[in-house]
Amino acid sequence: MIRIIGILAGLFFTLGVLLAFFQGTSEVITNGEFKPTTAEMVYHKHPKEVEFSFDGPFGKYDRAQLQRGFQVYKEVCSACHSLKFVAFRDLQQLGYTEAQVKVLAAGFQVPGVDPNTGEATMRPGLPTDHFPSPYPNEIAARAANNNAVPPDLSLMTKARHEGSAYVYSLLTGFTEQPAALVKRFPEAKTPNGLHYNPYFANLNLAMAPPLGADGQVTYGEGNPEPTIDQMAQDVAAFLTWTAEPKLEKRRQTGWAVLGFLLFATMLAYMAKQQVWADKKKKKAA
Amino acid sequence: MSFPWAKEYTPQHPLMRYLDEKLPVPRLVYNAVGGGYPVPRNLSYMWNFGVLAGFCLVLQIVTGVILAMHYSADSTIAFAKTEHIMRDVNWGWLLRYAHANGASFFFVVVYLHIFRGFFYSSYKAPREMIWLLGVVIFLLMMATAFMGYVLPWGQMSFWGAKVITGLFSAIPLVGEPLQIWLLGGYAPDDAALNRFFSLHFLLPFVIAAVVILHIWALHIPGSSNPTGVEVKSESDTVPFHPYYTAKDGYGLGVALLIYFAFVFFLPNYLGHPDNYIEANPLSTPAHIVPEWYFWPFYAILRSFTADFLSIPAKLMGVLAMFAAILVWFFLPWLDKSPVRSGHYRPLFRKFFWFGLIPTMAVLFYCGGAPAEQPYVMIAQLATAYYFLHFLVILPIISSIERPEPLPYSITEAVLGKDEAAQLEPAE
Repeated sequence: MIRIIGILAGLFFTLGVLLAFFQGTSEVITNGEFKPTTAEMVYHKHPKEVEFSFDGPFGKYDRAQLQRGFQVYKEVCSACHSLKFVAFRDLQQLGYTEAQVKVLAAGFQVPGVDPNTGEATMRPGLPTDHFPSPYPNEIAARAANNNAVPPDLSLMTKARHEGSAYVYSLLTGFTEQPAALVKRFPEAKTPNGLHYNPYFANLNLAMAPPLGADGQVTYGEGNPEPTIDQMAQDVAAFLTWTAEPKLEKRRQTGWAVLGFLLFATMLAYMAKQQVWADKKKKKAA
Repeated sequence: MSFPWAKEYTPQHPLMRYLDEKLPVPRLVYNAVGGGYPVPRNLSYMWNFGVLAGFCLVLQIVTGVILAMHYSADSTIAFAKTEHIMRDVNWGWLLRYAHANGASFFFVVVYLHIFRGFFYSSYKAPREMIWLLGVVIFLLMMATAFMGYVLPWGQMSFWGAKVITGLFSAIPLVGEPLQIWLLGGYAPDDAALNRFFSLHFLLPFVIAAVVILHIWALHIPGSSNPTGVEVKSESDTVPFHPYYTAKDGYGLGVALLIYFAFVFFLPNYLGHPDNYIEANPLSTPAHIVPEWYFWPFYAILRSFTADFLSIPAKLMGVLAMFAAILVWFFLPWLDKSPVRSGHYRPLFRKFFWFGLIPTMAVLFYCGGAPAEQPYVMIAQLATAYYFLHFLVILPIISSIERPEPLPYSITEAVLGKDEAAQLEPAE
């Protein structure tokens, strides 16, 4: 009885899904394609190949590069983008001293309370403060940016596939929209106020190219030339650190754990062989 | 409940003798996973996954309870609290990565455990109850994992919660009010997040309770084995300790090596980048996908794109997704072949390796892919086969198949006829 009901139930679902299959297939046949081709499908690009010091299981951050990237963030990105999960004190991990961090923090104005009147005011940042948002709230951010909110950058490199290469590619990827694209997909023409970038998911983003010219940021002595490419790499490295500040400790711990486990597993294997020795089939003499 | 030759617990120390009289916990442990539990001597490494699953449950409870100490289920700060754990809590990043990857690892282990059960028909009498409890555990795990994924309150958390609770709205008449009641609102927000957190904390302990029943039920007939031939005499078994504690110890070492390789070197590989974007009810992600362990069932859900017998497509999908798991409950009665092990069932074996396994792989792939052609049509064929396999093919082959000859006993299967004859009692 249960098997008859089972077979009926099985046929019910099978026929239901096969009906959907034939409907879907006939649509595909009538349209002559699996799905309509869009400008994104043809023109969207995967992030560029780029090498970072932190690639691979042994990779480490390059402190000098992180400091340069921080400088790019501070002088360029921070005008619009917040970094709300990072505290100034964290900057010591980039190789700054405690005193330097204090000075850096004081360079930012953060919301505070006047100790005498209790009124809202602005005060210089302390190492314990997080990076302040450039806008008081989302409405202000929208109003200042053509209705597009600049996203927080703390986790950006983890919030995109191949995030570090993505940030680098996006910053260096602004170009003229190809004429062939507009010819083939007239409705995908970059609207006014948006900017064409093949590394962006839908090809057009509100952000204007933030790194406009070589030397936009002045690096200290002993550093490479601040070309657009170099600045983009540096800030991508910095944002990798903001997203994953524990990367080095994680890998270091990981090697110790794997090493220990490898040893323990070998011992466990030998113990298992010894325990089982008398239960195995004897080899033919 | 055990075999007559099972060793008896004999406490040596006076304290242990006292304890044995008053509260015989050591005896319980000895009979459950010690020298007092005789286990078939021929178990392959596929039998390691029960112990591993138990380990995963403990790992998830321990890491989860500590994470809960640092988390807040308030939708305005849940995302920031998760980042607080990652950045400011000592070793918080390790706890969170261990817990998130621990869920994945738990599902890997449990899927292998379940598919071991499929191949060796571990669900057959006298072990039906173990199987039924196992399916209950799996359903509880799915609920727990789903609610846990909502807690970081990222984009996939929010939209996953919205899609999955939206399934209830497919139920006729009561669907919409039911969904609102379950969520505590029209969309997932504070009310939903708080109850998900509460249930996510509770359900693992419910799982632990059902696991105890699962193991209890196991100890009545004893473990199954790769030949599917029941234990006949003492030479067919070995005591769990030291034989299987040693083997499980080795298995655990190998499993942990793989697990920690993910935790320390690819901690976000199995997650979705969108979940590092804070939940935003006004911005729908391009592709909403659940965690990888739900992909096969998500593919089944999305395969029903047409109304059938005046049942709306959405309801068909929901029914099919639940039926896809509920059908496992009926396996003990759908598969009537007296032979358990797939090794001795030529036809069953072919459908397992060339039917069920590729179907699951295809459903897995399509469930993670966007809901577009050609993935949908491929998933539809796989879904059709999935239901045919369990509900039509399995009952039919179990009555027409001619099984291959079984070994006389487990001892014979391991040692061969000659050596076995010296060990086994004459009939």
